Amino acid sequence: MLSIKNLYVSVDGQEILKGINLEINPGEIHAIMGPNGSGKSTLANVLAGKEEYEVTSGEITYMGEDLLEKSPEDRAREGLFLSFQYPVEIPGVPMVNFLKAAVNEHRKYKGEKELTAGEFLKMMREKMELVDMHPNLTNRSVNEGFSGGEKKKNEIFQMALLEPKLAIMDETDSGLDIDALKTVANGVNALRSPENSTIVVTHYQRLLDYIVPDFVHVLYKGKIVKSAGKELAFELEEKGYDWIKQENDN
Amino acid sequence: MNWKKKVTTGLNKKTTIRMSVAIEKADLTLKYISHYNEIKELLFKNSSEILNVRRNKAFQDFVSLGIPSFKNENYKYTNLNPQFLPDYEFVHERQEQEADLNEIFRCDVPELDNTPTLLYNGWFYEKNIRGINLPEGVILESLENAAKNHPELVHKYYSTVADTTTDPLVALNTAFAKDGYFLYVPKNLMVEKPIQIINLLKANTDTFTTQRNLIIVEDGATAQLILCNHTLDLTRYLSNSVTEIFVGENTQLDYYTVQNQHNNSASLNSVFVQQEKNSNVTSHTVSLHGGMIRNNLKVILDGENAETNLFGMAFLDKKQHVDNFTQIIHGKPHCQSNQLYKNVLDEESSGAFSGRIHVVRDAQKTNAFQRNNNLLLTDKAKMQTKPQLIIDADDVKCSHGATVGQIDEEALFYLRARGISEDKARLMMMNAFAHEVVEQIKIEALRERIDDLIAKRLSGEVARCHECGYNCDC
Repeated sequence: MLSIKNLYVSVDGQEILKGINLEINPGEIHAIMGPNGSGKSTLANVLAGKEEYEVTSGEITYMGEDLLEKSPEDRAREGLFLSFQYPVEIPGVPMVNFLKAAVNEHRKYKGEKELTAGEFLKMMREKMELVDMHPNLTNRSVNEGFSGGEKKKNEIFQMALLEPKLAIMDETDSGLDIDALKTVANGVNALRSPENSTIVVTHYQRLLDYIVPDFVHVLYKGKIVKSAGKELAFELEEKGYDWIKQENDN
Repeated sequence: MNWKKKVTTGLNKKTTIRMSVAIEKADLTLKYISHYNEIKELLFKNSSEILNVRRNKAFQDFVSLGIPSFKNENYKYTNLNPQFLPDYEFVHERQEQEADLNEIFRCDVPELDNTPTLLYNGWFYEKNIRGINLPEGVILESLENAAKNHPELVHKYYSTVADTTTDPLVALNTAFAKDGYFLYVPKNLMVEKPIQIINLLKANTDTFTTQRNLIIVEDGATAQLILCNHTLDLTRYLSNSVTEIFVGENTQLDYYTVQNQHNNSASLNSVFVQQEKNSNVTSHTVSLHGGMIRNNLKVILDGENAETNLFGMAFLDKKQHVDNFTQIIHGKPHCQSNQLYKNVLDEESSGAFSGRIHVVRDAQKTNAFQRNNNLLLTDKAKMQTKPQLIIDADDVKCSHGATVGQIDEEALFYLRARGISEDKARLMMMNAFAHEVVEQIKIEALRERIDDLIAKRLSGEVARCHECGYNCDC
């Protein structure tokens, strides 16, 4: 589904990713862990198509096509979804308009009929239950005045509406209390299928108790320095990142 | 011919280096001086003494103030010299219009149940039909007639707040003023339906129009007024209008201005509002389109507990220029003023906002707030913003803030990352920016229409009324 080969990425002339290789097959959950500043969020943003990130070499193939050629909106329409670490507040853009536009742009791209307001509202109500979102939130502007937890729930809610093939959860656990964490994880798990894949970017092992990964990769100084099964996450939780640093800094 | 003397006085203090500029300026002023002398008789003819007694003095004021340019502090960001340069036809008399404007122009906002009153090149249109929604007692007629039919009213208010000695546009308007609309709402009358007045510009040759309006809302009365400006052809226009508004105690007036003119037109509007005790005035100025727009708005809070809310929203592209210049005089204690002006500037357009709040010495417990936010869509678009607070009282709450920025790239990426195209995402962001102002429009039908026109304007579609067969856009 996703194949990253020897990816180098710079931001403002500074090299952040230094040769990433990663293969993700349908149905798999990959966790990407690593200390702060190792390049985890950069990887997530490059996949979503953020422009400030300059790919200096390497390639990314998604569903058999060159991902880097595509605009952020086309990547989204083809099923790639980034759950933002810091969802943006957009005053004046009503949630409902935003969500309806997003859903209908996806449908249009797939050659499906756009949903009417009524059909959309019905769909919205169903998906809202999945993440236990308060209905009042959809009457507001996008993320405006949402608490940290509500913002993250809103990301999963959007994910439920857009039904992505590849979801990238960028630090979805940061700033969540244990109840919100469970709700978010339940949402992600409910959306799982043998065709869909997930990349969970996280600093802590905590989220991985609820979203159980097939593979765990450790990113350090722009490179994947270790890959293993879910047991690696426990090892990191127990020992911290220092041993990784020592192994690689010497 | 005593004008020669005036010109010399304007020149004699200039140094030789400034001579060429001074001569050019004087030449232009000279042109207006000779025009005034030529058509003086026409101006005085058929006009009420109330208007006539002001003319000569006003024109002298215009000559000594000069045509507004960068040198005038109040016109620092808007040089009007190029606008005054062409050889215009002046509309000093009521013009005959063969076709019935009521037939050829439709600007009915859906569900806004009213009969619009038309002005034709600044003059009250003679075939206007009195709206059935206009309650008895309300006077809506031409200023020319009002000065004859209701001299006591016109005399009491005319040219009392529009000061000719400080602003050359007001001075020139007062010198040329013959007609416009006169609106009178008697004591304790609540006019439920909005009153719509549309000024149509239609001519075959470069045209200079003068419009003079007077609005009187007596104690305890309420009214809503929608004013639209339209150009019906691509002729070059310079329109100079002055409106004096008097609202009595315990009144409420909502005053909406929608400006939609082509790029070859210059629209100069000076509005003066005098508010008494417990009055509430809300003004909205929506500048959808226009080559050059200057809006002067001066509010005098002259009674305790008076409240004024001024909103402005402008959309500019190409080389358009919009300058909103507001002045609020907090003349009495316990008054409140709020200002929110926003501009979206595209391409090589330029905008200006100057907001002056003056709290006089005894106006304690004043609340005065002002905000100006601007969105620049290109590197070439320019915005000048100048808040100014003059506070002579010591127990007041005043604040002002201004921002000039671009579309939030983070927000744009967020929308795109959900599959929304870049163009559509930009539109959503611009609409969102404008929405804060638009949502303040209290008349639902108008709000929806403005929303619709803004969406069209922002997406590059022609922003004009559907039913109007004329292409106002160029």
